[in-house]
Amino acid sequence: MRPFAYHRPSTVAEALEATGTSTDVMYLGGGTNLIDLMRLGVVSPGTLVDVTRAAPATVEETPGGGLRVGAGVRNGDLAAHPLVRRGYPMLAEAVLAGASGQLRNMATVGGNLLQRTRCAYFQDVSKPCNKRSPGTGCPARAGDHRNLAILGHSDSCVATHPSDMAVALAALGAQVHVEGPGGAHVVPMPGLHRLPGDEPDRDTVLAPGELITAVELPPPRPGGRSRFRKARDRASFSFAVVSVAAVLEVDGGVVRDCRIALGAVAHVPWRAEAAETALRGAPATEEEFGRAADAELAAARPLPLNRFKVALARNLLVRVLADLAEAR
Amino acid sequence: MKGDANTTYDDAAPAPITVDLQLSVNDQLYPVTVDTRETLLDTLRGRLDLTGAKKGCDHGQCGACTVLVDGRRVVSCLTLTVSVDDRTITTVEGLGSGGALHPLQKAFIDHDALQCGFCTPGQLCSAAGVLAEAAAGWPSLVTPRSPPGAGPEAAGCSHDPAAPPHDPAARALPDGPPEPVRLGEEEIRERMSGNLCRCGAYPGIVAAIAEVAR
Repeated sequence: MRPFAYHRPSTVAEALEATGTSTDVMYLGGGTNLIDLMRLGVVSPGTLVDVTRAAPATVEETPGGGLRVGAGVRNGDLAAHPLVRRGYPMLAEAVLAGASGQLRNMATVGGNLLQRTRCAYFQDVSKPCNKRSPGTGCPARAGDHRNLAILGHSDSCVATHPSDMAVALAALGAQVHVEGPGGAHVVPMPGLHRLPGDEPDRDTVLAPGELITAVELPPPRPGGRSRFRKARDRASFSFAVVSVAAVLEVDGGVVRDCRIALGAVAHVPWRAEAAETALRGAPATEEEFGRAADAELAAARPLPLNRFKVALARNLLVRVLADLAEAR
Repeated sequence: MKGDANTTYDDAAPAPITVDLQLSVNDQLYPVTVDTRETLLDTLRGRLDLTGAKKGCDHGQCGACTVLVDGRRVVSCLTLTVSVDDRTITTVEGLGSGGALHPLQKAFIDHDALQCGFCTPGQLCSAAGVLAEAAAGWPSLVTPRSPPGAGPEAAGCSHDPAAPPHDPAARALPDGPPEPVRLGEEEIRERMSGNLCRCGAYPGIVAAIAEVAR
């Protein structure tokens, strides 16, 4: 591992100043992904700016009835927070579905959003990878892509985003607060992450030096029921093969509104807008849920080893929506 | 030295960057000089001669290196030593007090909760963290959405992923501190999923933790 300088500022302003716009400096949150990637040689920053004492680490109610979650809040604290459990049980479920108890105690909200893909080729520096080393190629297409993307991928990259929490945030329509050398701005989820296109090395829309400071959750929808569900290869401590986060509002047997996101199917938490459009005003029946899922997955371009993900995503989505509709 | 045109070491590995700090481990202060790249696991084992925490995978996937930082379980293999100089660290060597075993250690012995023992220090520290998290009312993925203590059904409810979510009225949590979560076998298995045991001593591990949790 390349030697690095270590700074631990106590305010966001100091963190931004220590970083500037240098691409040789990286922010360190819980380190559960970054330290591993440094050890593997995937990334090798010359300086780490530890933001765990600088980024806000509180969960506060906003004047509008939502919640503002500091980027430094640990995943374990987020899932256990009474205001999160009461108003956003789906978010708590998504966080608890991820990683292990130890890793959730370390991982921060900001770091969770910025974790890198677990594509085996990205993590293996002896292999080509357009995300790690632009222009070297993508062996995953002809190699092991069982867990990789079925939607929105490009010739240069078929990686998926590994976060469960981000899928819930996409379905909730969370706003990501960012500060950087160019000032502060807000990015609505799922807009933080970007499709690979021909620049798969860029996971997000953040500019060099920008720091996530908070995630703001809109007020819970009255009458909205939510659920996060994850299909994986073992019952616990495993990345999603497909996940679904959904908020459903049914009135008199008809879908009044819904917000749906799929996880582990794309380079981004995948907002299922085609399914949402198909569902609004439709009867809340399993048949319609299936039609909506098919509308969304019509755009799927699975690879030979991950065709099963299309059926899995369809079935998981229908099941989640049916459960939400029946529970009323 | 870096960037010095006269040096003959242009191709040599760049010099390590070291930091002097004090670590608080098991109620003792240790002054150490560490490379910024050094993990807490390597510092504990290599510099402080605290070899209880084990290096299994060194990628955060096996839990053998689990220690408590400010009372919370973490994997020391992904924790930079420089990042915890203002924290309080407890390793398996510091779990018991005054030469007496921690109740978890006693229970692990009573229930044969190990074979080779390599994962045991991590299992013990993780279990200590689980007890604290459950006592603080932290949920796990298998904890029902309705608050613990709402009734015998809720407290003993097994998690069926296909089951519909609970009634919204039952989902509301009371104000004030959350009630402790009762640790049955299902809760223990889910919460301990970050600790692997290649000998497969899981039944004994679960029984030992359940006994202490009672």
